[in-house]
Amino acid sequence: MGFLDYFRAEKKTSASLAKERLQVIVARERGARSGPDYLPALQADILDVIRRYVAVDEDAVRVQVEREGDYEVLELNVVLPDED
Amino acid sequence: MARIVVVTSGKGGVGKTTTSAAFAAGLARAGHRTAVVDFDVGLRNLDLIMGCERRVVYDFVNVINGEANLNQALIRDKRTQGLSILPASQTRDKDALTFEGVQAVLEGLAEDHDYIVCDSPAGIERGAHLAMYFADDALVVTNPEVSSVRDSDRVLGLLSSKTRRAEQGEDPVQEHLIITRYVPERVGKGEMLSVEDVGEILSIDLLGVIPESSAVLNASNSGVPVILEEQTDAGQAYDDVVARYLGQQREHRFITEKKGLFGRLFKG
Repeated sequence: MGFLDYFRAEKKTSASLAKERLQVIVARERGARSGPDYLPALQADILDVIRRYVAVDEDAVRVQVEREGDYEVLELNVVLPDED
Repeated sequence: MARIVVVTSGKGGVGKTTTSAAFAAGLARAGHRTAVVDFDVGLRNLDLIMGCERRVVYDFVNVINGEANLNQALIRDKRTQGLSILPASQTRDKDALTFEGVQAVLEGLAEDHDYIVCDSPAGIERGAHLAMYFADDALVVTNPEVSSVRDSDRVLGLLSSKTRRAEQGEDPVQEHLIITRYVPERVGKGEMLSVEDVGEILSIDLLGVIPESSAVLNASNSGVPVILEEQTDAGQAYDDVVARYLGQQREHRFITEKKGLFGRLFKG
């Protein structure tokens, strides 16, 4: 690191922003393609049902299939909004 | 038994054809009988990059349709011994490549070649799928840029599920990363994803880094695979890629900044 770096404001570089965004999107897309074909449709349906009762974001529902030994576990994660 | 290598990326314009031409020429120069096949039906370009566009008589689809045999369609490279080119067809018929047709052509080529390099079209449609389907190895060409990296990851997913090796439960396709158009100075300034960043996201073996270089355009202007321009940075980087692929140990070059006096003073 050059001495001038000490005077530079702490600012996130565009490359580190690119890396963060990529890590998020790539992880999500890998999750989607590693599961069974019906997962995206299932996720959309569950989101619809939940939205009949609670206003939640598009990405509030996450559905994953995990393999544990002989079992497949369908993991459903719903993030509800904070109550004011 | 020939080894089939697909050069793929998902995204267009990242250097698949440049890489296919350089890699195939490098293998041939190392003494391996090599055929390089253009799978980009409708957008033939490998012939131009290899400088043999005026010698195309028959093409890939002619062979599939039985209008010519492989020997008639293969163009023997004039500069590099042991290198042949099978040009793509310029037909607009998207379904011109058939599964059985591609399989038969690759089997035909395998009889008297050591390596078959398949230059994939961009995208993930039929041509790209057929180019990767029979592959033993994949060179995944990626620019240090968000859309290219994301598309490469998508292609890696297809390589591990939609290929012959995946479907038949054989050893998976060996995936190798080639990062092209790399500018170490911009990486140093935090303006470009680094080799480490891309490697961390895609987590596959790094075969080589090709620097952004005027030599690539110069070579394509004159129809010479850039690996034959031995004095250039990109030519040498591709030479390293081929050597590593063939099992030699080579240090990665062209990945650190060329520092002038000024740069050294201010960056330490």
